[in-house]
Amino acid sequence: MCTVCGCGAGETKIEGVHAKPHEHTHVHEDGTVHTHTHDHGHDHDHAHSHAAALVGAHAHSHHHGDGSEHSHDHVHSGEHAHSHGGEHHHHEHGVAGDLDYGTGPAGAHVPGMSQARMVQIEQDILSKNNTYAAANRQNFDERGIFALNLVSSPGSGKTTLLCKTIELLKDKVAISVVEGDQQTSNDAERIRATGVQALQINTGKGCHLDGHMVGHALERLQPADESLFLIENVGNLVCPAAFDLGEHHKVAILSVTEGEDKPLKYPDMFRAADVMLLNKCDLLPYLEFDADLAEANARRVNPDLTIFRVSATSGDGLSAWLDWIQSGLEAQRAKRSESVDALKRRVAELERQLAAK
Amino acid sequence: MHEMSLAEGVMQIVEDTAKRENARRVKLVVLEIGRMSSVEPEAIKFCFEAVTHGSIAQGAALEIVSVPGAGWCMLCAETVPMQELYGACPKCGSHQVQATGGTEMRVKEIEIE
Repeated sequence: MCTVCGCGAGETKIEGVHAKPHEHTHVHEDGTVHTHTHDHGHDHDHAHSHAAALVGAHAHSHHHGDGSEHSHDHVHSGEHAHSHGGEHHHHEHGVAGDLDYGTGPAGAHVPGMSQARMVQIEQDILSKNNTYAAANRQNFDERGIFALNLVSSPGSGKTTLLCKTIELLKDKVAISVVEGDQQTSNDAERIRATGVQALQINTGKGCHLDGHMVGHALERLQPADESLFLIENVGNLVCPAAFDLGEHHKVAILSVTEGEDKPLKYPDMFRAADVMLLNKCDLLPYLEFDADLAEANARRVNPDLTIFRVSATSGDGLSAWLDWIQSGLEAQRAKRSESVDALKRRVAELERQLAAK
Repeated sequence: MHEMSLAEGVMQIVEDTAKRENARRVKLVVLEIGRMSSVEPEAIKFCFEAVTHGSIAQGAALEIVSVPGAGWCMLCAETVPMQELYGACPKCGSHQVQATGGTEMRVKEIEIE
């Protein structure tokens, strides 16, 4: 489910019909991870006959004040998983005066006035994804891995840029790649052709990768310690901005064949990114694209943005981008050896204490 | 349909909490929605009704606490009110304003019985 555009897995719930398809992730032999959904159509016909209008005399969950005969169908599926008699089946159909929520403790917000009580939650609506992302980030940090999440609109040249980056770096560092697309494993195949391991995630109806999917990819890929982990998100400038994958930086790619005002039109993404690559700069002589204006627009929504002008095809400007990756890798390695050293010191200290006893 | 999936996210949190607390019914859900979070309160109310139908929160009232937009202006070095995310500082016109409030999308509390 995407909290930005509402796409994904046909999760729309309308008027009591819970069409929540179940999501499955399969890993094929060639390493492709394929996420798809299917609808479990469980029809439950409950027919309840209420002969007398004894208000409040019905102990079960179908209360009818007027004693009418009532039957309804539920289509439950997926996540609602067969938990009949659970919370999804508490139907309260208006026992006299019971549904007046507009007044009383609810309106006054005072707990303890009835059986009702307030429960503090203070939970972010995106908290579930953030938990997965935090686990991924911890995993990366413990192993000294530097992780980047590449985001852009479709056709900005993400995959070409990745291939070029990999070619130039693969002799220096181990690289793993996660490719996110709605369909096909074309991109993962392009990456594998460069000689590094790649995993395709097909999001199906989804418009972005989430922390959970990347967690599975991590298990599957088992990236080497102190390596580079590149995630190519689904080509979409809106939704991936809201979903943390556990990466260290989001890298937004804008190509000069797009508009200079794209950072203003899709500010969330350029705000969420730490780096922007202005790609296809070899085409600038043939276009009316104002690269300075594009940079100014990007800095307007994100003053701290680091910008590199590059051309993945000609290779121009890539050295600065590669240097930036190298320094990120070194920082992760340093952080790891620091924590390993700290652990060693701690072990030595504990051993000393044990020996003293 | 931005708000429909947000309402789904809210429902998940509400259902989890209600289950944990052994609630029989959810009477009220209080959300904290920042004015700069690009969520339309009217739209989320409509969607909330649709997603709670047939659930433990069916018929629950929805209260939305609106959090005003605020940001830290780098040039003025003070907190200023903000109307839109990435907007200009109302005092100096600079765009170097870091949003500090008004982007929340949280489930604050629920009332159960």
